[in-house]
Amino acid sequence: MAIVERPTTSEALELEAGPRHASPDDALGVFRRPQGDTGWRSWLFTVDHKRIGIMYGAAALFFFLVGGIEALIIRTQLAAPEQEIVSADLYNQLFTMHGVTMIFLVVMPIGAAFANFLVPLQIGARDVAFPRLNAFSFWCFLFGGLFFNSSWFLGGGAADGGWFAYAPNTSVIFSPSHGMDFYAIGLQITGIASLVGAINLIATILNMRAPGMTLMKMPVFTWMSLVTQFLLLFAMPVISVALFLLTFDRLFDANFFDVSAGADPLLWEHLFWIFGHPEVYIMILPAFGIVSETIPVFSRKPIFGYEFIVFSGAAIGFMGWGVWAHHMFASGIGPISVAAFAVSTMFIAVPTGVKILNWMATMWGGKLTFTTPMLFSIGLVTMFTIGGLSGVSHAVAPADTQQTDTYYIVAHFHYVLFGGALFGFVGGFYYWWPKAFGHMLREGLGKAHFWTMLLGFNLTFGPMHVLGLQGMPRRTHSYFDGYGFNVWNLVSTIGAFMIALSFLIFFWNIFVSRRDARKPEWVAPGPDPWDARSIEWMTASPAPTHNFDHVPVVTHRDEFWYRKYGETDDHRIVRIAAAEDVAQTGHRRDVHLPAPSYWPILLCASFPLIGWGLIFNLGIAFAGGALALLAIYGLAMEPADDPDGGHGHHDGHADHTPTDGSDAAASPTDGDADKETTLVD
Amino acid sequence: MTDNAPTRVAATPTEATGPAPDHLDGVDLESWGLGTNNATGLSNNKLGMWLFLGSDCLLFGALISTYLLMRHRGTGIGPEDVFDIPFTSVSSFVLLMSSMSMVFAVSAIARGDDQKLRLWLLVTSLLGGTFIAGQVYEFTSFYREGLGYTTNLFSSAFYSLTGFHGVHVTVGIIMLMSLFVLSLTGRLKQDRAETVEIVGLYWHFVDIVWVLIFTIVYLIP
Repeated sequence: MAIVERPTTSEALELEAGPRHASPDDALGVFRRPQGDTGWRSWLFTVDHKRIGIMYGAAALFFFLVGGIEALIIRTQLAAPEQEIVSADLYNQLFTMHGVTMIFLVVMPIGAAFANFLVPLQIGARDVAFPRLNAFSFWCFLFGGLFFNSSWFLGGGAADGGWFAYAPNTSVIFSPSHGMDFYAIGLQITGIASLVGAINLIATILNMRAPGMTLMKMPVFTWMSLVTQFLLLFAMPVISVALFLLTFDRLFDANFFDVSAGADPLLWEHLFWIFGHPEVYIMILPAFGIVSETIPVFSRKPIFGYEFIVFSGAAIGFMGWGVWAHHMFASGIGPISVAAFAVSTMFIAVPTGVKILNWMATMWGGKLTFTTPMLFSIGLVTMFTIGGLSGVSHAVAPADTQQTDTYYIVAHFHYVLFGGALFGFVGGFYYWWPKAFGHMLREGLGKAHFWTMLLGFNLTFGPMHVLGLQGMPRRTHSYFDGYGFNVWNLVSTIGAFMIALSFLIFFWNIFVSRRDARKPEWVAPGPDPWDARSIEWMTASPAPTHNFDHVPVVTHRDEFWYRKYGETDDHRIVRIAAAEDVAQTGHRRDVHLPAPSYWPILLCASFPLIGWGLIFNLGIAFAGGALALLAIYGLAMEPADDPDGGHGHHDGHADHTPTDGSDAAASPTDGDADKETTLVD
Repeated sequence: MTDNAPTRVAATPTEATGPAPDHLDGVDLESWGLGTNNATGLSNNKLGMWLFLGSDCLLFGALISTYLLMRHRGTGIGPEDVFDIPFTSVSSFVLLMSSMSMVFAVSAIARGDDQKLRLWLLVTSLLGGTFIAGQVYEFTSFYREGLGYTTNLFSSAFYSLTGFHGVHVTVGIIMLMSLFVLSLTGRLKQDRAETVEIVGLYWHFVDIVWVLIFTIVYLIP
């Protein structure tokens, strides 16, 4: 909120001098500001983008377990024909919850995890533009996800309308449990999280790049994050409206999707897919960004055609808005619409293909090292290509009318989302793990993880192409013997459990690597274990709270590499400095950082209350609303920066919060100004 | 640096910032990006508000599309049966005038004139409040004429669209009144003029959206 983020410097100084209880900030703050950066409280109230990124990742992995267990139950049910391990009704809930969980609570948040953790580090900033709103985004996502999953226990049945929840299937008549209410309100809450996060990260990337880092010098991951956040910025309000209409229909008897009152259920499909297709790129572009970082490092070459990678990403961002109706070829939208969207869908394969070619050309002639992150990156390139090709086959509208609602579609989107996004993300985990936690994950276990995951993935989803073309419909809870579905379904189920095994290896790897790092003979990997290229490796591992001791001045794309390597007159590349000599130590202690805050988590805690209240008892909703109002004012009136400092920094409270520097410049006293100059190099 | 040496000299371990380009001489690198040196020239707060407004365009775009699709599909009471164009024209005029008083408020705090700032904040809030009161009166009279929220497609779409706009105006009034109180307690001085300007951006946006809604919903048959 605009009112708030900027305490004047004079006010902060008054506080320091005067007794604390008399200060205007305390009058509006119920509590003392949280202090310190150890213990569980420091995580609950943190505004540090790196901790928030780590929490996004941890929460997403938790939801990944939930969604994974749902998937295993589905595959167990389908392992053999005519089984009744789960009822048809429960099966509907399982595939709906699996889809929504994996999309909104796993893939999107992991993208947010990487964006939060990496973007400020990659652009040489101290934090994001609005650190407390960043904490708000995370808690909002987490509480929204927990609220949504609480429908298993409170809703009389979880959501059962499929992840895209076509009207009028989702009306009270056809879906009488509260599951779809939890769906509509839960996604509304996580949507707020995405929207606020998008505003925050766009402002960060546009405003807070290190000096010299022009847009075309930014690392590719930051570029892809920027495109993703713009897609979120414009896609979230559309699904918000769709979800509002659904909520009003279900809770307040509005008529938006009531066919008997003359409504057109196609409205839902259009609104959903105008959001839903950009959403596809929201999920895949961060992973594209990740492999665009790892492949050059492990090929020991700069990325091939940086401009092409960047502009094809931006082109996907624009064209992604013009293809939504290819999800609706079977819904009777008319031949002209079908033809137009078929053509635009084929066309959007071009910028995606450009990226694939760029990655291959980067590897071509490079000195490849097949580390775990590289293996997963190559996994993305290959698996996503398969998914991309089956995707182009949907653009052929006559073929699509045969494929739609069969397992062929299921195979396609798992190849792009699992084979694409998740392979990239897991590769990113292995790659940036030392930067986040200070120790590497074990390579041997990592490779075992990769090969079991690759094999399990292809065993699970490869056969689904065949099943789909044979005519096996998706979303039916069983199938008859003798249709020729038996073998491939069994193979698919075996593959699913192999994927589960691969993630057990991953979690075991996390555990033992952490244990290794506590042994006395353990050697720290140093700031730059991979001989990397971008500036997040130019600070200590794990990255210190203040990111950089000195804001780096950027003169090159791949700045860090240019500080380590030079070119002789006869064009040989030679090493001119060790990474340890170039990298900053992270020991500086006088950087003033934004203070932790109670309000983001309190504000977000009110959202599930409002949600449950709307469904069960308006009294609870009003209580939640009151808490929200209180917390909004608390958040708004509290200075973004606490003069007592939360991070043990000892400067003169010059306002170095990433808010608005005009405050710092406004009226520093002499003493403050002196300290200010000591900070300036 | 000799001729055969690598063309770039590594920074020393302690001063790892690298040589600053000439055009960055004298630039305060510590507060880089925190307000004074922003690449866009906008502060983070103002940029954030612009981005939010961009997003809000899509929210109203989707709601207006929904209304256009719905208004002639249902049965029963239609737009032409209930709308009182002269009345709504007056309340629209009131809302438009509030944009002017908002400009005066922004101008007042830019000059450091706290009295005028409070006056114009109050006037803007009152004009906004008058508009909301008009909307409440309008909804009530429509309801008396038999147009409830659940009556038909037109009513659901109309109340949702104008209701969302009404909520936006109400939030704006709350922000204006908060600024008024902050100014009274001496916590909103000239150095925070931008805060008022940012609330002003929001207020103007809400007005512009109303111009669209009034034209599309009320005036175009």
